[in-house]
Amino acid sequence: MQMPKTNVTLPNVVNTATKERKKKRYTGVTIVYVGLIVYFIVIAYPLLWMIISSFKSTDEIFTHSWSMPHTWLIENYVTAWKSGISSYFLNSVIVTSASCFLTVLVSALGAYGLSRFEFQGKAFVLIICLGGLMLSPQVSLIPLYSIIQKLGIYNTHLALILPYVAYRIPLTILLIRAYFLSIPKELEEAARLDGCTSFGILFRIFIPMSTPILLTTTILTAYYTWNEFMFAIIFIDDDSLRTIPAGLMQFRDALQTDWGVLLAGLTISAAPIVMLFLFMQKYFIRGIANGSVK
Amino acid sequence: MLKRNKLTPYLYLLPAFAFLLLVYIPIFQNIWDSLYEWSTFSPDKVFVGIDNYVHLFKDPVFYQALKNNILYAVISIIFQVGGGLIVAAVLEDKLIRKFSPFFRTVYFLPVVVSMTVIALLFTFFYNPEVGLLNQVLKMIGLDSLAKPWLGDSNTAIYAVIAVSQWQSIGYIAMLYVVAIQKISPELYEAAEIDGANKFKMFFHITVPQTKEMTFVAVILTLTGAFTVFNEPYILTGGGPGTSSEVLSTYLYKTAFSKDMMGYASSIATVILIITLLISLVQMKAFKTGKEDA
Repeated sequence: MQMPKTNVTLPNVVNTATKERKKKRYTGVTIVYVGLIVYFIVIAYPLLWMIISSFKSTDEIFTHSWSMPHTWLIENYVTAWKSGISSYFLNSVIVTSASCFLTVLVSALGAYGLSRFEFQGKAFVLIICLGGLMLSPQVSLIPLYSIIQKLGIYNTHLALILPYVAYRIPLTILLIRAYFLSIPKELEEAARLDGCTSFGILFRIFIPMSTPILLTTTILTAYYTWNEFMFAIIFIDDDSLRTIPAGLMQFRDALQTDWGVLLAGLTISAAPIVMLFLFMQKYFIRGIANGSVK
Repeated sequence: MLKRNKLTPYLYLLPAFAFLLLVYIPIFQNIWDSLYEWSTFSPDKVFVGIDNYVHLFKDPVFYQALKNNILYAVISIIFQVGGGLIVAAVLEDKLIRKFSPFFRTVYFLPVVVSMTVIALLFTFFYNPEVGLLNQVLKMIGLDSLAKPWLGDSNTAIYAVIAVSQWQSIGYIAMLYVVAIQKISPELYEAAEIDGANKFKMFFHITVPQTKEMTFVAVILTLTGAFTVFNEPYILTGGGPGTSSEVLSTYLYKTAFSKDMMGYASSIATVILIITLLISLVQMKAFKTGKEDA
């Protein structure tokens, strides 16, 4: 690692005091860099190990845990994909895209109602949304389980989609509402004069103007849905309908002894959301930062 | 403001409200359910009043789980809030800034990987015979420390908590990065002219200026610690024995393995009360914060 250049131009006479200070500063900088790199290794190595070992045979993982694969076994990925991951993956794609679409659509409608109208009970509605942020899913687990059975949707994708949307709506409404509030009123007044209905204003002006926040909330919902575990193991019982987080448990039990394939399965499961993060970092961080403060 | 039809705003909110019923009805239903003894297979619910709660407060496993949640909270606050702040302060330092986007991205990666993947991955590292952790210990001559981390009732809960820290420090650090970026650079420049060193700047500028974020981070970590489920469920299933049980895993087992739904509901109510108390503190603090401003 290269040292950062100091921007101090040396005076003609270098006295011992500045030398001393510079030395101290270099030691300080070195310690900080060493710390950063150690922490870097602690974080990056396990993930890297997962990827590297996913190309090894189980024997090789045991005997040569640290080295690169002798031969790169792409078959692990093929086996993982064929022995269940493909169906879990498809289920996750379905549940995630449906949840994202519904969450953002329903929240945009609600946010519009909350940001552009005066009506009785508005404060109450806001409190209901805020309150939803404080309730953790565990608390509702058992009644939700009964409700889902009564609705006849136990063991279907809807058993996950409906609760996911419900739990994401409070945060999503609040984030979109904050954005809608910043859209100037003149725009909608002009549109109204041109004969646009409120519905038309929402879809022709507000939604197109709000792409950044809609993207942010979509990504946050996708992140939550793709990774959710507790509902996923309880509300779906049929292996062919499981999403990735729940499916992986099944996968582990079935493949106790085949570490390479299991690791390939883990890598495939993590890949989409990691890619999404790497490409959309800005929106991701913004959403998480805004969401935490609200 | 639009006024033509009084019903219009309600129509916009209707779909959201329909969904929110799924959040709110279960809360009340759960309290109601906790007053009964019932199982998924028996059609009748037997009213038992507060018996479930009486039983719960005499249940040693409940206390073990609660204790583990508290341990989770304390360790998480130290590592995630304390560690996150330090990591963020270092990343935002002038000297590091050139490389900091790279470090930031990598440090944040575990946050986006699901806990299911991470927990399964760590079962490999904790494996007593071939796991990397014991191998490292042997490599550096600490053979005596090597043990079945998840299988030893003294270490299981710590091994579980460690995984959560590994995943979440980056998350809190990122929140602090955002908070630190909002601090006026003039404060640091002035301090530098006065000859303050980095430590002084950290304690006299960074820490007080990110006070609000610290509060948010503490609330987030606390709530997280009292509702944690995935890590203990996947890594140890609450075991060995009940040594790494937390409230959520105990709730899950009571409901879905033992089929004691009423009793499980009373555990859920306890989680509700704890998380509501944390939220109340948060609301109160934010209100007073606004009045000060």
